[in-house]
Amino acid sequence: LTAAAADVALKGRVGDPFSSAWRRRLPLLPALLYSIAVTQLPFLVSIYYSFTNLKDKTQSLIPEPTKFVGIDNYKQIFSDPFFRQAVWTSVQMTVFAVVLSLVFGTLFALLLDRKFLGQGLVRTLLITPFLLMPVVAALIWKQQMFSSLFGLLDKALTFLGLSSVQFISSHPLASIVTVLVWQWTPFMMLIILAGLQSQPGDILESANVDGASGFGIFRQLTLPHLRRYLELGALLGSIFIVQAFDAIDVMTGGGPGSTNIPYYVYQESIGGGFRYGSASAYAIVVVIFSIIIATFALRVLSSLFKDEERA
Amino acid sequence: VKRGTKLGVGERRSFTLGIGMLAWLVALIWIFPVGWTLLTSFKTEQDAAAQTLNQGLSFGRYHDIAQSTPGTLSLQTAFMNSLVVVLVSTLIVLVLALPAAYALAIRPVHKWRDVLFFFISTKFLPVVASIFPIYVYAEKWNLIGTRTILIILYVAINLPLAVWMTRSFFMEVPRELIEAAEIDGTSIINQLRSVILPIAAPGIAATALLCVIFAWNEYFYALQLNFASGSTMPQWVISNVSTRGNFLAKLSAASIVACLPVILAGWAAQKRMIRGLSMGALK
Repeated sequence: LTAAAADVALKGRVGDPFSSAWRRRLPLLPALLYSIAVTQLPFLVSIYYSFTNLKDKTQSLIPEPTKFVGIDNYKQIFSDPFFRQAVWTSVQMTVFAVVLSLVFGTLFALLLDRKFLGQGLVRTLLITPFLLMPVVAALIWKQQMFSSLFGLLDKALTFLGLSSVQFISSHPLASIVTVLVWQWTPFMMLIILAGLQSQPGDILESANVDGASGFGIFRQLTLPHLRRYLELGALLGSIFIVQAFDAIDVMTGGGPGSTNIPYYVYQESIGGGFRYGSASAYAIVVVIFSIIIATFALRVLSSLFKDEERA
Repeated sequence: VKRGTKLGVGERRSFTLGIGMLAWLVALIWIFPVGWTLLTSFKTEQDAAAQTLNQGLSFGRYHDIAQSTPGTLSLQTAFMNSLVVVLVSTLIVLVLALPAAYALAIRPVHKWRDVLFFFISTKFLPVVASIFPIYVYAEKWNLIGTRTILIILYVAINLPLAVWMTRSFFMEVPRELIEAAEIDGTSIINQLRSVILPIAAPGIAATALLCVIFAWNEYFYALQLNFASGSTMPQWVISNVSTRGNFLAKLSAASIVACLPVILAGWAAQKRMIRGLSMGALK
């Protein structure tokens, strides 16, 4: 009976394929159009700005008319030493933060994959830094830990009879990376934990029965299985961390050695420079870098995604 | 083997105990800065600045931060701005994402995979790449300093995440139930309401909580577009840093007040959080 009814329902649509296809699409359209309007259109406008000398009129004493300048803004990028510095800072910040949070995240996930008293509570505590407002996380570290006035690290150094260290001003990059690692380790931990828990238990058990050592099992079975989860964590982490802004703004306000590309673009434009035209050109270069990372990310995502469909 | 209950054959009890203690130690070290901030928030300013505890603990700083000084951003204003922006944007996200997830999971459109990946690719576009046009047009349309502009942008930030997450939860609704409803001629809206939503409700709640967390914590757009009356909680927390006099205890209290709502939301959503963070790739 149901088959017959389905048949009738199907036939009803066959006569009118166009409206059927649009009936399927209709629920999707509002979300799709919204996304295009708010994320893609401004980006197209940015590309246009990048070929002009647009400046904020209210911010300059002698307003000049906006005109088309061709690829001048792009040429200027390659001769700008500050931009090169920002690229290098971005690379270091992202690599250190992603690698360290992956290492800590994997170690924590291996611990949490075991059964012990208060397992759920430990997990809850560990994810908490990730939930904090990035601004608050940066402020906590700046004022409570690193500060030379009332920071705990400074008090500890004094207690040990050592001289104080101006953590943030002498090691701005390391200070910012510390906060990023502290916040992103729980994120990596959750991804690796999901990987560990998706391991087929019977294989591990038979390896155990066969007398394989714990480390051997980890290297031969667990690590290859985790590879894709590590990749996913690294790529998703890179995409977010490469855009880090809050921690830099709060901790150093973009001093030497801590200005990454997004912060530099910000300083060049609404953060004080108000040169929208040339800043747009920098932004477009950032987008090209991001697209390269994102292409890899999407590939990993889509392979995990196909497995899920098969399962 | 049940998840998270692996106990290797021949593993000694003391080893398991050691793992547990190590895990607790790690968790306590990692959470220490938050715990210390919580403690500091109950201290007096003198104790906080000296990192001592001579004058006892009280709720005094929480009382202080609730007092508004004319001309500065008050907790009440920032909290209301955040609350309205977060709730309205999350509501709009769900209104847009649920039908979209239906069209991507239950009766998939042609090339649904491309559409899904389009949504996610918008997350990979750096925000700095589109901030100037947004700023220029927001200025043109008198949206600078309003809650409206933040609502518009936060919907765009959270929409991809919500589409991916709800799609992944919709995939788990048994096909037979939906087919039965379809044969009965139930409309899409009624199918969503009476068949799909009851089953996917916990997942949708987790999606909403994640959107709330991201919107509540957002600082870049809020700073660029809402430096005045429309300021939200992150800007209010920063406003508690003062260049004159001690402020550490008050700042700690402000940090706790600003983070508590989302910490609770995150704890509530933690079981399903991984699915949202991995864009639905992991469960």
